[in-house]
Amino acid sequence: MKATAIIDALSRALPGEPGRFQAVESPDGMPTIVVDLGSLIAVGGVLRDDPALGFAFLADIAAIDFYPRDPRFELSYLLACPGVSGYGATPKRLRMKVAVGGEDPHVPSLSGVWASADWAERETYDFFGIYFDGHPDLRRILMPEDWDGFPLRKDYPIQIKEPVKTYSPLQVSEEEFVANIEAARSRARDE
Amino acid sequence: MSDLEIPVLTTTVEKMVQWARRSSIWPVTFGLACCAIEMMAMSASRYDIARFGAEVFRGSPRQSDLMIVAGRLSRKMAPVLRRIYDQMPEPKYVISMGACASVGGVFDNYAIVQGVDQVVPVDVFVPGCPPRPESLIYGIVQLQKKIDQQRMSA
Repeated sequence: MKATAIIDALSRALPGEPGRFQAVESPDGMPTIVVDLGSLIAVGGVLRDDPALGFAFLADIAAIDFYPRDPRFELSYLLACPGVSGYGATPKRLRMKVAVGGEDPHVPSLSGVWASADWAERETYDFFGIYFDGHPDLRRILMPEDWDGFPLRKDYPIQIKEPVKTYSPLQVSEEEFVANIEAARSRARDE
Repeated sequence: MSDLEIPVLTTTVEKMVQWARRSSIWPVTFGLACCAIEMMAMSASRYDIARFGAEVFRGSPRQSDLMIVAGRLSRKMAPVLRRIYDQMPEPKYVISMGACASVGGVFDNYAIVQGVDQVVPVDVFVPGCPPRPESLIYGIVQLQKKIDQQRMSA
Protein backbone atom coordinates (compact mmCIF):
# COMPACT_ATOMS: atom_id res chain seq x y z
CA MET A 1 0.00 0.00 0.00
CA LYS A 2 1.46 3.31 -1.09
CA ALA A 3 1.44 6.36 1.14
CA THR A 4 -0.85 8.20 -1.29
CA ALA A 5 -3.45 5.43 -0.98
CA ILE A 6 -3.26 5.74 2.79
CA ILE A 7 -3.79 9.50 2.47
CA ASP A 8 -6.82 8.88 0.25
CA ALA A 9 -8.33 6.56 2.84
CA LEU A 10 -7.62 9.09 5.58
CA SER A 11 -9.23 11.90 3.55
CA ARG A 12 -12.36 9.82 3.03
CA ALA A 13 -12.64 9.10 6.76
CA LEU A 14 -11.72 12.61 7.90
CA PRO A 15 -13.22 15.08 5.44
CA GLY A 16 -12.20 18.62 6.22
CA GLU A 17 -9.59 21.11 5.23
CA PRO A 18 -6.71 19.47 3.32
CA GLY A 19 -3.10 19.61 4.44
CA ARG A 20 -3.52 18.12 7.88
CA PHE A 21 -1.81 14.98 6.63
CA GLN A 22 0.22 14.38 3.51
CA ALA A 23 2.42 11.73 1.97
CA VAL A 24 6.14 12.40 1.73
CA GLU A 25 8.94 10.70 -0.15
CA SER A 26 11.16 8.48 1.93
CA PRO A 27 14.58 7.34 0.66
CA ASP A 28 14.08 3.84 2.04
CA GLY A 29 10.77 3.39 0.18
CA MET A 30 8.74 2.90 3.33
CA PRO A 31 5.30 4.55 3.15
CA THR A 32 5.58 7.77 5.13
CA ILE A 33 2.98 10.36 6.05
CA VAL A 34 3.35 13.65 7.91
CA VAL A 35 0.52 14.54 10.25
CA ASP A 36 -0.39 17.81 11.96
CA LEU A 37 -0.11 17.81 15.73
CA GLY A 38 -3.76 18.80 16.16
CA SER A 39 -5.22 15.89 14.20
CA LEU A 40 -2.89 13.23 15.59
CA ILE A 41 -5.45 11.36 17.70
CA ALA A 42 -8.13 11.43 14.98
CA VAL A 43 -5.68 10.15 12.38
CA GLY A 44 -4.46 7.47 14.80
CA GLY A 45 -8.00 6.24 15.38
CA VAL A 46 -8.68 5.99 11.64
CA LEU A 47 -5.37 4.23 10.95
CA ARG A 48 -6.25 1.63 13.53
CA ASP A 49 -9.96 1.12 12.82
CA ASP A 50 -10.47 1.78 9.10
CA PRO A 51 -10.95 -1.62 7.41
CA ALA A 52 -8.84 -0.54 4.44
CA LEU A 53 -5.93 0.44 6.72
CA GLY A 54 -5.97 -1.74 9.84
CA PHE A 55 -2.75 -0.57 11.48
CA ALA A 56 -3.47 -2.41 14.70
CA PHE A 57 0.04 -2.30 16.10
CA LEU A 58 2.26 0.59 17.16
CA ALA A 59 5.76 -0.86 17.08
CA ASP A 60 7.74 2.09 18.39
CA ILE A 61 7.96 5.82 18.79
CA ALA A 62 11.24 7.45 17.81
CA ALA A 63 12.10 11.07 18.49
CA ILE A 64 14.77 13.19 16.78
CA ASP A 65 16.16 16.44 18.09
CA PHE A 66 17.00 18.83 15.22
CA TYR A 67 18.38 21.53 17.53
CA PRO A 68 18.64 24.44 16.71
CA ARG A 69 16.06 24.01 13.94
CA ASP A 70 12.48 25.08 14.59
CA PRO A 71 10.30 23.07 15.01
CA ARG A 72 12.91 21.35 17.03
CA PHE A 73 11.65 17.78 17.49
CA GLU A 74 10.26 15.20 15.13
CA LEU A 75 8.38 12.11 16.27
CA SER A 76 8.23 8.98 14.13
CA TYR A 77 5.43 6.57 14.92
CA LEU A 78 6.23 3.17 13.41
CA LEU A 79 2.99 1.33 12.69
CA ALA A 80 2.34 -2.17 11.48
CA CYS A 81 -0.67 -3.99 10.09
CA PRO A 82 -0.40 -7.67 10.98
CA GLY A 83 -2.41 -8.87 7.96
CA VAL A 84 -4.16 -11.64 9.86
CA SER A 85 -7.91 -12.19 9.91
CA GLY A 86 -9.69 -9.10 11.09
CA TYR A 87 -6.57 -6.95 11.01
CA GLY A 88 -6.11 -5.90 7.39
CA ALA A 89 -5.79 -7.82 4.15
CA THR A 90 -2.00 -7.92 3.85
CA PRO A 91 0.85 -7.18 6.24
CA LYS A 92 2.13 -3.65 5.79
CA ARG A 93 4.03 -0.93 7.57
CA LEU A 94 3.69 2.82 7.89
CA ARG A 95 5.83 5.62 9.26
CA MET A 96 3.88 8.56 10.68
CA LYS A 97 5.83 11.73 11.36
CA VAL A 98 4.86 14.68 13.55
CA ALA A 99 6.85 17.87 13.98
CA VAL A 100 6.91 19.35 17.49
CA GLY A 101 8.33 22.72 18.46
CA GLY A 102 9.37 24.56 21.58
CA GLU A 103 11.52 24.10 24.67
CA ASP A 104 8.61 22.54 26.52
CA PRO A 105 6.91 20.49 23.79
CA HIS A 106 3.47 18.95 24.33
CA VAL A 107 1.99 16.18 22.19
CA PRO A 108 -1.40 14.49 22.61
CA SER A 109 -0.93 10.96 23.91
CA LEU A 110 -1.84 8.06 21.65
CA SER A 111 -1.99 5.60 24.54
CA GLY A 112 -5.77 5.62 24.22
CA VAL A 113 -5.47 4.37 20.64
CA TRP A 114 -2.59 1.92 20.91
CA ALA A 115 -1.86 0.48 24.35
CA SER A 116 1.80 0.02 23.43
CA ALA A 117 2.17 3.79 23.19
CA ASP A 118 2.23 3.89 26.99
CA TRP A 119 5.84 2.82 27.55
CA ALA A 120 7.08 4.20 24.23
CA GLU A 121 5.82 7.64 25.21
CA ARG A 122 7.35 7.32 28.64
CA GLU A 123 10.70 6.56 27.03
CA THR A 124 10.38 9.51 24.67
CA TYR A 125 9.53 11.74 27.62
CA ASP A 126 12.42 10.30 29.60
CA PHE A 127 15.08 11.11 27.02
CA PHE A 128 13.70 14.12 25.10
CA GLY A 129 11.40 15.84 27.60
CA ILE A 130 8.40 15.71 25.29
CA TYR A 131 5.23 15.81 27.38
CA PHE A 132 2.38 13.58 26.25
CA ASP A 133 -0.91 15.17 27.31
CA GLY A 134 -3.46 12.63 28.48
CA HIS A 135 -0.91 9.92 29.22
CA PRO A 136 -2.08 7.80 32.19
CA ASP A 137 1.30 7.61 33.94
CA LEU A 138 3.93 9.92 32.46
CA ARG A 139 7.13 9.43 34.44
CA ARG A 140 10.66 8.30 33.71
CA ILE A 141 11.07 4.70 32.63
CA LEU A 142 14.83 4.12 32.16
CA MET A 143 16.73 6.94 33.85
CA PRO A 144 16.74 7.25 37.66
CA GLU A 145 13.56 8.90 38.90
CA ASP A 146 15.36 11.91 40.34
CA TRP A 147 17.40 12.58 37.18
CA ASP A 148 17.86 16.18 36.12
CA GLY A 149 17.38 17.00 32.44
CA PHE A 150 16.72 14.99 29.29
CA PRO A 151 19.89 13.21 28.11
CA LEU A 152 19.23 12.71 24.40
CA ARG A 153 18.59 16.39 23.68
CA LYS A 154 21.33 17.87 21.54
CA ASP A 155 22.09 20.62 24.09
CA TYR A 156 22.53 18.13 26.93
CA PRO A 157 26.15 17.68 28.08
CA ILE A 158 27.78 14.38 27.16
CA GLN A 159 29.67 14.03 30.42
CA ILE A 160 28.42 14.76 33.89
CA LYS A 161 30.80 15.58 36.72
CA GLU A 162 28.30 14.94 39.50
CA PRO A 163 29.30 12.48 42.22
CA VAL A 164 27.81 9.02 41.83
CA LYS A 165 24.84 8.24 44.04
CA THR A 166 25.64 5.09 45.99
CA TYR A 167 22.50 4.82 48.05
CA SER A 168 18.85 4.56 47.23
CA PRO A 169 16.21 3.64 49.80
CA LEU A 170 14.41 0.33 49.50
CA GLN A 171 11.16 0.76 47.64
CA VAL A 172 9.14 -1.60 49.83
CA SER A 173 7.75 -0.80 53.26
CA GLU A 174 8.53 -2.99 56.24
CA GLU A 175 5.00 -4.44 56.17
CA GLU A 176 5.31 -5.37 52.48
CA PHE A 177 8.71 -6.93 53.13
CA VAL A 178 7.38 -9.10 55.98
CA ALA A 179 4.32 -10.02 53.89
CA ASN A 180 6.58 -11.14 51.03
CA ILE A 181 8.60 -13.37 53.35
CA GLU A 182 5.44 -14.84 54.88
CA ALA A 183 3.98 -15.56 51.44
CA ALA A 184 7.18 -17.30 50.30
CA ARG A 185 7.23 -19.41 53.46
CA SER A 186 3.62 -20.49 53.08
CA ARG A 187 4.27 -21.38 49.41
CA ALA A 188 7.23 -23.50 50.50
CA ARG A 189 5.08 -25.28 53.11
CA ASP A 190 2.40 -26.05 50.53
CA GLU A 191 4.82 -27.66 48.09
CA MET B 1 63.07 -34.59 68.29
CA SER B 2 64.61 -36.93 65.76
CA ASP B 3 62.60 -39.99 66.86
CA LEU B 4 59.28 -38.15 66.75
CA GLU B 5 57.22 -39.61 63.92
CA ILE B 6 53.87 -37.82 64.26
CA PRO B 7 53.21 -36.10 60.87
CA VAL B 8 52.82 -32.52 62.01
CA LEU B 9 53.57 -29.24 60.33
CA THR B 10 53.93 -26.21 62.49
CA THR B 11 52.97 -22.74 61.37
CA THR B 12 51.54 -19.55 62.75
CA VAL B 13 47.83 -18.82 63.06
CA GLU B 14 48.31 -15.86 60.79
CA LYS B 15 49.80 -17.91 57.99
CA MET B 16 47.11 -20.52 58.28
CA VAL B 17 44.36 -17.93 58.10
CA GLN B 18 46.00 -16.32 55.07
CA TRP B 19 46.25 -19.72 53.40
CA ALA B 20 42.59 -20.47 54.09
CA ARG B 21 41.41 -17.10 52.84
CA ARG B 22 43.43 -17.05 49.65
CA SER B 23 42.54 -20.64 48.77
CA SER B 24 38.76 -20.20 48.84
CA ILE B 25 37.91 -16.88 47.21
CA TRP B 26 34.25 -17.35 46.36
CA PRO B 27 32.96 -14.69 43.99
CA VAL B 28 29.45 -13.29 44.06
CA THR B 29 27.48 -13.76 40.85
CA PHE B 30 27.51 -10.21 39.55
CA GLY B 31 27.95 -9.95 35.79
CA LEU B 32 27.03 -6.58 34.32
CA ALA B 33 27.88 -6.87 30.63
CA CYS B 34 29.97 -8.73 28.07
CA CYS B 35 32.88 -9.10 30.52
CA ALA B 36 30.62 -11.50 32.39
CA ILE B 37 30.85 -13.91 29.43
CA GLU B 38 34.62 -14.06 29.87
CA MET B 39 34.11 -14.41 33.61
CA MET B 40 31.87 -17.43 32.98
CA ALA B 41 34.44 -18.85 30.57
CA MET B 42 37.02 -18.49 33.31
CA SER B 43 34.90 -20.44 35.74
CA ALA B 44 34.05 -23.17 33.21
CA SER B 45 36.09 -26.28 32.59
CA ARG B 46 38.50 -24.97 29.93
CA TYR B 47 40.09 -22.32 32.18
CA ASP B 48 38.84 -23.78 35.45
CA ILE B 49 39.46 -21.45 38.38
CA ALA B 50 38.70 -24.40 40.63
CA ARG B 51 42.48 -24.84 40.43
CA PHE B 52 42.71 -21.71 42.58
CA GLY B 53 39.82 -22.59 44.89
CA ALA B 54 37.71 -19.78 43.47
CA GLU B 55 35.15 -21.56 41.34
CA VAL B 56 32.07 -21.42 43.55
CA PHE B 57 30.01 -18.47 42.33
CA ARG B 58 27.50 -17.79 45.06
CA GLY B 59 24.03 -16.47 44.43
CA SER B 60 24.02 -14.62 47.73
CA PRO B 61 26.46 -11.88 48.77
CA ARG B 62 26.29 -13.28 52.33
CA GLN B 63 28.35 -16.29 51.21
CA SER B 64 30.85 -14.44 49.03
CA ASP B 65 34.34 -13.08 49.51
CA LEU B 66 34.95 -11.49 46.14
CA MET B 67 32.96 -9.22 43.88
CA ILE B 68 34.06 -9.23 40.24
CA VAL B 69 32.56 -6.09 38.73
CA ALA B 70 32.31 -7.45 35.19
CA GLY B 71 31.14 -4.70 32.86
CA ARG B 72 30.03 -1.09 32.65
CA LEU B 73 28.27 0.20 35.73
CA SER B 74 25.45 2.64 35.08
CA ARG B 75 24.64 5.39 37.53
CA LYS B 76 21.28 3.77 38.17
CA MET B 77 22.98 0.48 39.04
CA ALA B 78 25.55 2.06 41.40
CA PRO B 79 23.32 1.93 44.54
CA VAL B 80 22.61 -1.74 43.81
CA LEU B 81 26.31 -2.53 43.50
CA ARG B 82 27.00 -0.73 46.76
CA ARG B 83 24.19 -2.55 48.54
CA ILE B 84 25.45 -5.96 47.42
CA TYR B 85 28.98 -5.01 48.47
CA ASP B 86 27.70 -3.89 51.88
CA GLN B 87 25.93 -7.22 52.34
CA MET B 88 29.12 -9.22 51.84
CA PRO B 89 30.82 -10.36 55.06
CA GLU B 90 34.35 -9.24 55.91
CA PRO B 91 36.97 -9.87 54.65
CA LYS B 92 35.78 -8.90 51.17
CA TYR B 93 37.60 -8.04 47.99
CA VAL B 94 36.72 -6.37 44.71
CA ILE B 95 38.15 -6.98 41.24
CA SER B 96 37.34 -4.35 38.66
CA MET B 97 37.22 -6.31 35.42
CA GLY B 98 37.81 -4.61 32.10
CA ALA B 99 38.09 -1.06 30.81
CA CYS B 100 34.48 -0.07 31.49
CA ALA B 101 34.44 -1.03 35.14
CA SER B 102 37.88 0.48 35.70
CA VAL B 103 37.62 3.83 33.92
CA GLY B 104 34.36 3.89 31.98
CA GLY B 105 35.86 2.51 28.78
CA VAL B 106 34.30 3.74 25.58
CA PHE B 107 31.21 4.87 27.49
CA ASP B 108 32.44 8.36 28.29
CA ASN B 109 28.94 9.70 28.86
CA TYR B 110 26.30 10.79 31.35
CA ALA B 111 24.95 7.34 32.17
CA ILE B 112 28.04 5.30 33.04
CA VAL B 113 30.14 5.55 36.21
CA GLN B 114 33.70 6.42 35.19
CA GLY B 115 35.38 3.82 37.40
CA VAL B 116 33.78 1.65 40.06
CA ASP B 117 36.35 2.84 42.59
CA GLN B 118 33.94 5.78 43.02
CA VAL B 119 31.46 3.32 44.51
CA VAL B 120 33.44 0.50 46.18
CA PRO B 121 37.13 0.09 47.13
CA VAL B 122 38.89 -1.93 44.42
CA ASP B 123 41.72 -4.37 45.14
CA VAL B 124 42.74 -5.41 41.64
CA PHE B 125 42.12 -3.75 38.28
CA VAL B 126 42.16 -6.12 35.31
CA PRO B 127 42.70 -4.34 31.97
CA GLY B 128 41.20 -5.49 28.67
CA CYS B 129 38.09 -5.11 26.59
CA PRO B 130 37.07 -7.68 27.59
CA PRO B 131 40.02 -9.30 29.42
CA ARG B 132 40.74 -12.85 28.37
CA PRO B 133 40.05 -15.49 31.02
CA GLU B 134 43.82 -15.81 31.55
CA SER B 135 43.96 -12.11 32.46
CA LEU B 136 41.23 -12.51 35.02
CA ILE B 137 42.93 -15.59 36.47
CA TYR B 138 46.10 -13.49 36.70
CA GLY B 139 44.04 -10.88 38.55
CA ILE B 140 42.80 -13.49 41.00
CA VAL B 141 46.36 -14.71 41.56
CA GLN B 142 47.40 -11.12 42.23
CA LEU B 143 44.57 -10.89 44.73
CA GLN B 144 45.82 -14.10 46.37
CA LYS B 145 49.26 -12.55 46.73
CA LYS B 146 47.66 -9.48 48.25
CA ILE B 147 45.70 -11.57 50.74
CA ASP B 148 48.94 -13.38 51.63
CA GLN B 149 50.47 -10.08 52.70
CA GLN B 150 47.54 -9.03 54.89
CA ARG B 151 48.39 -8.97 58.56
CA MET B 152 45.82 -10.04 61.10
CA SER B 153 46.96 -7.41 63.59
CA ALA B 154 47.99 -3.93 62.71
